Amino acid sequence: MPIPSQTQPRELVGRSPGQLMWRRFKRDRAGVVSAYVVAFFFLVALAAPLISAAYGKSPTATYGLDEGGLLNEFGYPVAPNGGISGRFWFGLEPTMGRDVLTQLVYGIRTSLLIAAAATVLCVLTGVLVGVTAGYLGGRTDYFLGRFIDLLLAFPAQLSFIAFTPVVYSLFVSPEKQTPTYLRVITLILVLWALGWMGLARLLRGQVLSLREREFVEAARVTGASPWRIITKELLPNLWTPILVQSTLMLPTLVTAEAGLSFIGVGIIEPTPDWGRMFAAGAAYYESDITYIFFPGLAMIIFVVAFNLLGDSVRDAFDPRTKR
Amino acid sequence: MLRFLARRTLGALVIILLISAITFFLFFALPSEPALMSCGKNCTADSLAVINKNLGLDRPVPVQYWHYMAGIFTGRDFSAGHCPAPCFGYSFANQQPVWDTIVDRFPTTLSIALGGATVFLVVGVGVGMLAAAFRGTWIDKLFSSLALLGNALQIYFVGVVALAVLVSGLHWMDNPAYYPITEDPVKWFTGMLIPWLVLSVIFIASYSRMTRSLMIEQLSEDHVRTARAKGLGRSAVFFRYAWRGALAPIVTIFGIDLGSLFSGAIITEFTFSLHGLGRLAVSSVTGTDLPMLMAVMLVGCTAIVLANIVVDAAYALIDPRVRLA
Repeated sequence: MPIPSQTQPRELVGRSPGQLMWRRFKRDRAGVVSAYVVAFFFLVALAAPLISAAYGKSPTATYGLDEGGLLNEFGYPVAPNGGISGRFWFGLEPTMGRDVLTQLVYGIRTSLLIAAAATVLCVLTGVLVGVTAGYLGGRTDYFLGRFIDLLLAFPAQLSFIAFTPVVYSLFVSPEKQTPTYLRVITLILVLWALGWMGLARLLRGQVLSLREREFVEAARVTGASPWRIITKELLPNLWTPILVQSTLMLPTLVTAEAGLSFIGVGIIEPTPDWGRMFAAGAAYYESDITYIFFPGLAMIIFVVAFNLLGDSVRDAFDPRTKR
Repeated sequence: MLRFLARRTLGALVIILLISAITFFLFFALPSEPALMSCGKNCTADSLAVINKNLGLDRPVPVQYWHYMAGIFTGRDFSAGHCPAPCFGYSFANQQPVWDTIVDRFPTTLSIALGGATVFLVVGVGVGMLAAAFRGTWIDKLFSSLALLGNALQIYFVGVVALAVLVSGLHWMDNPAYYPITEDPVKWFTGMLIPWLVLSVIFIASYSRMTRSLMIEQLSEDHVRTARAKGLGRSAVFFRYAWRGALAPIVTIFGIDLGSLFSGAIITEFTFSLHGLGRLAVSSVTGTDLPMLMAVMLVGCTAIVLANIVVDAAYALIDPRVRLA
C-alpha cells in the first residue's frame, strides 16, 4: 500500500450510508450473483412475449393435438424425455401438447406479477400501519395491535381458500365465468389481506424505540411536524428492515400463489401459471416425470437466489450481523 | 400461572368468536342459494321456501349465526330430527351431519401433523445443534447449504418427485394412504411415511437454521462463559446451559407451526391424495357448503389458538421471567 505523500494528499470522500451499503453489497459475490439471477427472472417475466416471439411458439397453441406424431395414443410425448427436441426445448405437455418452455415463461410472468403486486401492497400497508401505531402510540397502537392479533389468528392457507370465492362473488354474479384479470386481482387482494401484519409489527417495534431517541426529540423541539419527523427522521432508519423483509416476502408469496393454483383455487386454464404446472405435473408424473422437472427446478433456483439476496442485503446494510 | 392461563383462554375465546363471525357473515356475501342444492331437480318456489325454513335460512343472518353457535353447545332441533351437541348443522352438499364428517377426517390430518412434526422437530433441532457445535467446520457449511436448498423446496414439487422415485420408480413403498392406527399400526406408519418425510424436509431447513443461530447466540452469553470458566465440561455447558436458553423460542415457533398444521396440511393432502381437513375445506368452498366450511374454520382456529396457549404456558414453565411479567 503506497504511503500518502505530502505532494499527493489522499482525498477524503464523504459517502452517504446508501453509498456505503452499495459498496459493501458489490463486494459480496454471492449477493451479486443472486441479484443477477433474480433480475433474470424478472426480465423473463417482463419479456415473455418477446421470448415467445423469438422462440416462435405460443403458450396456448396445442402443438401435440394439431400435428400428428408428437403425442402417442395415451397423450404422452412420443420423443423420449418428455418430448425434448430442437424444436421444443423443454418438451411438450402431456395430453394438451403445449410447449413447456413458453408455458413456463408465461407461468412465471403470471405468478411473479401477482406476487410482486401483493408484496408492494403488503409493504405499503405494513409501513403505514406499523409507523402509525408506533408513532402515535396509546389507544391507536392498542387497537391496531389487537387488529393485527386477530388477523394473525386466521389460519392463513385455509382463509386464502375460503375467502377467494367471496371476493370473486363481489365482482361477478355466479352464473358468469370469472374473467382472468379478476382472478389475478382476487389473488392479489387475498394474499395482501393476510400478508402485511408481520412487517407492521416489526416496524412498530422499531418506531417505538426510535421515537425516544435524541434526534427525534430534537426534531420535535425545533417544531417539526409529525409528517416531517416520520418521513425525514424515522423512515430513513427503517429502510433496512423494509428492504430485507420485502426480499424475504416476495418468494413466499410466489410459492403461496403457486400453491393456491396447485390446489385449483387460483389461476385456472387456459392462463399459464407456475403453480398450475405442478398440478399438471402431479397428474402426469407416473408416465412423464420430465414435465414437472423444469418448473420445479426454476422455482428452487428462484427461491434460493432470493433468499441469498435477502441475506446479502441485510449484511450490506448492517455489517455487524454475522452469519 | 392459573390467572395467566385464564386470561389467555378468555382472549382466545374472543378471537375464535370474532373469526367465526367474520367467516359466517362473509360467506353470506356469496350469492349462493344453499337450498337449491338440497332441492333436487323438480324444484318449485314452494319447496325451496320449505327447505329454507327447515334449515333456518329464512331468518336474518345474525339470528342464524346465533343459532349456529348455540347449537354447538346445546344441540339443535331441525325438522329432520334432533342434532345432538356438538351440532355443526348438516352439510348443504350431502345432508350428512357436519360433525361426523369432521370426526371422520380429523385423524388423517392429526396423523400427518403429529408424525411430520415429530420428524422435523427432532431432525431439525438435532441438525441445528450439530451445526452450532461444529461451527465453521465443513459439517456446519454442509448443513447450512442443505438448509438453503431445503428452504427453497416446495411440497408440491418434492412430494411428486418422492412419489415418482419411491413409489412408481423403485416400488419401495405403496402410494400414501391413511389407515387408522387402532386397526393396523404398521400400515398406518408405512402409509404416512412419505408425507411425513416430505413435510419434514421443508421444515427441517428452517428449524436447523433457527436452532443453530439461537445456540450460537446462547453460547456467547455471559452465564455460559462463566460456566465454562468454572471448569464445566463441554457437553454440560452445551446441553444444560446453552440449550435451555435456546429452547424457549423454538417451542414458540413449534407451537405455531403445529397449530397451523392441525388446521389442515392442505398442500400435503392434495399432493398425496389424502382426505383430511384441508381437502374438506377446499371441497366445501368449491361446493359453497357453508356449515362444513364453518366447522373446518372453527376447528382450524381453535387448533391455532389452543397451540398458542399451550406455547405460552410452556414458555412460562421454561422461562420463569415470563411468569413474573
